[in-house]
Amino acid sequence: MIDNPKTGMTLIVKTITRLTVGLIMLFGIYIILHGHVSPGGGFAGGVIVALSFVHLMLAFGKDTAIARISKNMASNLESIGAMMFLFIALLGFLGGSFFLNVFAKGSPFDLFSAGTIPLSNIAIGIKVGVGLFAIFLALVVLERSK
Amino acid sequence: MTLYFLCLILFCVGLYGVLRKRNLVKIIVGLGIMEYAMNLFFVLLGYRFHGRAPIEAKDQDILNMVDPLPQALVLTSIVIGLGVTALVISIALRIYEKYGTFDITKIKRLKG
Amino acid sequence: MELHILLIFMIFAAIVAIEVKDLLSSVIAVGAVGFALCLAFLVLKAPDLAITQLVVEILCLIILIRATINKDLPLVIEGRWVFNTVSTLGFIAVFLLFSWLALKELPGFGEPIMAVVKKYLQEGVSKTGAVNIVTAVILDFRAYDTLGEATVLFASVIGIMAILRRPGRKKRE
Repeated sequence: MIDNPKTGMTLIVKTITRLTVGLIMLFGIYIILHGHVSPGGGFAGGVIVALSFVHLMLAFGKDTAIARISKNMASNLESIGAMMFLFIALLGFLGGSFFLNVFAKGSPFDLFSAGTIPLSNIAIGIKVGVGLFAIFLALVVLERSK
Repeated sequence: MTLYFLCLILFCVGLYGVLRKRNLVKIIVGLGIMEYAMNLFFVLLGYRFHGRAPIEAKDQDILNMVDPLPQALVLTSIVIGLGVTALVISIALRIYEKYGTFDITKIKRLKG
Repeated sequence: MELHILLIFMIFAAIVAIEVKDLLSSVIAVGAVGFALCLAFLVLKAPDLAITQLVVEILCLIILIRATINKDLPLVIEGRWVFNTVSTLGFIAVFLLFSWLALKELPGFGEPIMAVVKKYLQEGVSKTGAVNIVTAVILDFRAYDTLGEATVLFASVIGIMAILRRPGRKKRE
């Protein structure tokens, strides 16, 4: 990310953004993955991942963020997240009814326990995160076109 | 009991904003305040005195948890409120682009 | 006791948000209401909700400020203003009177009835394996509601993309 002084904000903001945007996304992924052991879950973690992308766009200008995730890719990723959630729901038919929890449930307090619940959290996290970033992208592109 | 009543007073402040203001952004602000008041009312219904958060602990047997069912419903409602606010803001931006004002008494013409 | 203080602060901040003339100040006051709501969720022992409300409030503020920059308008008071305000306040007073009579029928604050949740609490960990009971409720016992919420979010994203689409490039030349 090269510093172009014409777009985005000042140099101090760009340096701090370079240091912290990876940590924010890592924190969001941590909250998504540990949704069944500690408070959080798919929705809160997904919004935090979306906030990391919005932070990148606010500090560096529109073009850097669009180079990372363009509008078409955001739209496709969100559809993939929604279809993954439906697929996990339909997997329940292997056990007998819709949305049944069919995988093995390990011992509590482990990371790989609770059947299909971590997979559902990941699907919802992807969907919410990328969808909210697509909303912000649509709002910013409107402003520049006037 | 007074807590429920204060929560409904917050709802009425938002309702006054939706009914009587002429600026579109003020109407959207009133809608947001109504959503916050209703989420708080649901969570207030499920509180128990000296209760604990609904997460199990490793070596104790917790008997007095607060009610987790209103919390599950309100979690969904918070994220839906964000989606609705974003959609209404985008409609307001389109209206400003077409008519040049946010005043609702001047947005009455139906021509394109 | 802390809940009373938080609720009175929220009512004052909401009145400031509705009445002040500058649009940017009213949006910041709504941010204060949302932050006090996050603190109220923490006092009511709901940590999932506090995290979600805080980050959703931040995103909502960014979107609201984006819509109100440089777009103020002067205020003009037109006729029949006294009659409209008095009738609105009268309607709200009648609503509050009937709600006071109805709120007496609810169980008192702090003693919930918990008829349905007893079963979820007793066999939540053994049937699903998840330690967080709220996650077990929204993703295993009541997963249909989560599917409905995913649909609503998807519909709102599609709606925003359809409303804010630029016209085609051919018209500009």
